[in-house]
Amino acid sequence: MSAAAPGTPPLTDERLLKTSPLRKLMGRPELGSVVGAVAVFLFFAIFADSFLRASSLATVLYASSTIGIMAVPVALLMIGGEFDLSAGVMVTTSALISSMFSYQMTANVWVGVGVSLLLTLAIGVFNGVMLTRTDPPSFIITLGTFLMLTGMNLGFTKLISGTVSTKSISDMEGFSSAKDVFASTLTIGGVDFKITILWWLALIVVATWILLRTRVGNWIYAVGGGEDAARAVGVPVNKTKIGLYMGVAFGAWISGQHLLFSFDVVQSGEGVGNELIYIIAAVIGGCLITGGYGSAVGAAIGALIFGMTSKGIVFAEWNPDWFKFFLGAMLLLATLLNAWVRKRAEATK
Amino acid sequence: MRTARTAATLMAVVALAAGCSSSGGKTSEDKADGSTGGKSAGTPRLKIAMVTHSGEGDTFWDIVQSGAKQAAAKDNVQFLYSNDKEAKGQAELVQSAIDKKVDGIVVTLAKPEAMKAVLAKAKDAGIPVVTINSGGEFSQRFGALTHIGQDESVAGEAVGRELDKRGRKKALCVIHEQGNVSLEQRCAGVKKTFKGTVENLNVEGTDAPSSQSSIEAKLQAAKDIDAVVALGAPTAAVAVKAKQDAGSEAEIDTFDLNAAVVKSLKAKDVGFAVDQQPYLQGYLAVDELWLYKTNANVIGGGKPVLTGPAIVTEKDVPKLEKYTARGTR
Repeated sequence: MSAAAPGTPPLTDERLLKTSPLRKLMGRPELGSVVGAVAVFLFFAIFADSFLRASSLATVLYASSTIGIMAVPVALLMIGGEFDLSAGVMVTTSALISSMFSYQMTANVWVGVGVSLLLTLAIGVFNGVMLTRTDPPSFIITLGTFLMLTGMNLGFTKLISGTVSTKSISDMEGFSSAKDVFASTLTIGGVDFKITILWWLALIVVATWILLRTRVGNWIYAVGGGEDAARAVGVPVNKTKIGLYMGVAFGAWISGQHLLFSFDVVQSGEGVGNELIYIIAAVIGGCLITGGYGSAVGAAIGALIFGMTSKGIVFAEWNPDWFKFFLGAMLLLATLLNAWVRKRAEATK
Repeated sequence: MRTARTAATLMAVVALAAGCSSSGGKTSEDKADGSTGGKSAGTPRLKIAMVTHSGEGDTFWDIVQSGAKQAAAKDNVQFLYSNDKEAKGQAELVQSAIDKKVDGIVVTLAKPEAMKAVLAKAKDAGIPVVTINSGGEFSQRFGALTHIGQDESVAGEAVGRELDKRGRKKALCVIHEQGNVSLEQRCAGVKKTFKGTVENLNVEGTDAPSSQSSIEAKLQAAKDIDAVVALGAPTAAVAVKAKQDAGSEAEIDTFDLNAAVVKSLKAKDVGFAVDQQPYLQGYLAVDELWLYKTNANVIGGGKPVLTGPAIVTEKDVPKLEKYTARGTR
């Protein structure tokens, strides 16, 4: 143990210190959130009778995955130092595009799904290009996109379908195979798991690989840590940011297709407010709001904490009038625990 | 880069050509449409504003609007619609309608106290007001001509009785918008007449997957729930999913109709629906203002005009299907 005791400054340059694997683990951004997640899990395991059943845990995982599919790319974007407030309604936009395109063109549902992917990615490109070509911060630019998409969702749906929800496409060709991909249920050991859990896990793996094992990952950390410095050493800052926005759009596409294929019809007013939940999940999971620090696994665990808390309260059958209060209090406690653990970890580094 | 683009274009073209669906979609949509243009009344052009507490994109308010528009077309009325789910925002919209010097205002009273002051201003400005939907008990006190809608408690009580008739023991009332007075009244009405027990559950109405998993969690936690009462048509579809995934035997029942609910009624996924005829609320409100302006008539003679509740079951599906598909029922 060559590191100094907590509280006293290290005697040599900290970069030259040898760190033990345990210390290395303590320095990971997701550590605090893991402790928070375990605490929330134990809490509901004790206070909610039906929480520990396999079917209940599958429900919790489903709820977490619908947040997590978006929280992972949103976390990458935040590590890159930017926000996307349009992420919540973009999910609805993506679902509306595939539904209405398929219906109006009487096309195979997969064609609509493909068109939706292209158009949703185009929205991501729009966000990224607007950000890199103009001055305003991403907060303002994506706020604009958020409001425009909210209006377009309603406006186009009414213009095309005549009502505020899309028409059912469940009797069209390709629907059942698309449903298998985006909204099916897998039975493992008698317990039904939603396929979104697999999408979620896949996104975590891919995002973690990009962040830790590729050059692009280094670019993302560099861009979020200091844009000018990154540009000075030759990082393609603009391309990285546009790519990150496209990542969020890709997540929105997956979530949107899930929304469409699990309910057949899409309500055009949905998704507003979810963008904050994605950001919250990323922050609970250890992402810094200022960028440059965080991890995909952390964001996924943040989503898990959110999912466990919001459904755990229902399992515990507490007074529903106080639901939001309990939700807020639990999240605050989990985050405080997270921050405390991280501080201890940094102090012992 | 270029080849990639060409390939993508090619793929899109091929997909479009080969990707037609032989079932469903626009081509199979019934072209038959009952609503005809027709000639409008020869009375002077009026301007009528409707201000509701609806959130963005709720099928219910869409039906109210199509009723109002139909009456507007008939009565030579310019119809202006606006909505804000925040009470303060709704009051501001009413104020701007007064500023526009409209000939009549149709307003909802989901948050009655917030509308009191601004409706007094409308009265001072000499603009007649008709209230619709919920909040009938406040209508007269706020100086409105009449109220056209459904008494939420009465509707809830009707549901409670119907649940009794169906031999249910424990019901779950799903509130999709926390703090909305009329939704609370519906659940309270159910509680009043239902002989079994009623539990409430708050869900996020604008997030379907989250609502679904919440209902699922509740059904898994309380396995003795044998009826789920959704307070709006979109929630009913979500509840049906949740029930299937939770492996619950509960019957899903709902307030309000839309095309999806009628389909579920037909498929026996939904037991019954309580219809409050939103089309009639929009239509009669505009018509009433026109009648008042042109002939000083008051529908209902100052008493609230009830448009519901009517219990709709699988038996009513054949005659309703056509109308829900075009968004007027």
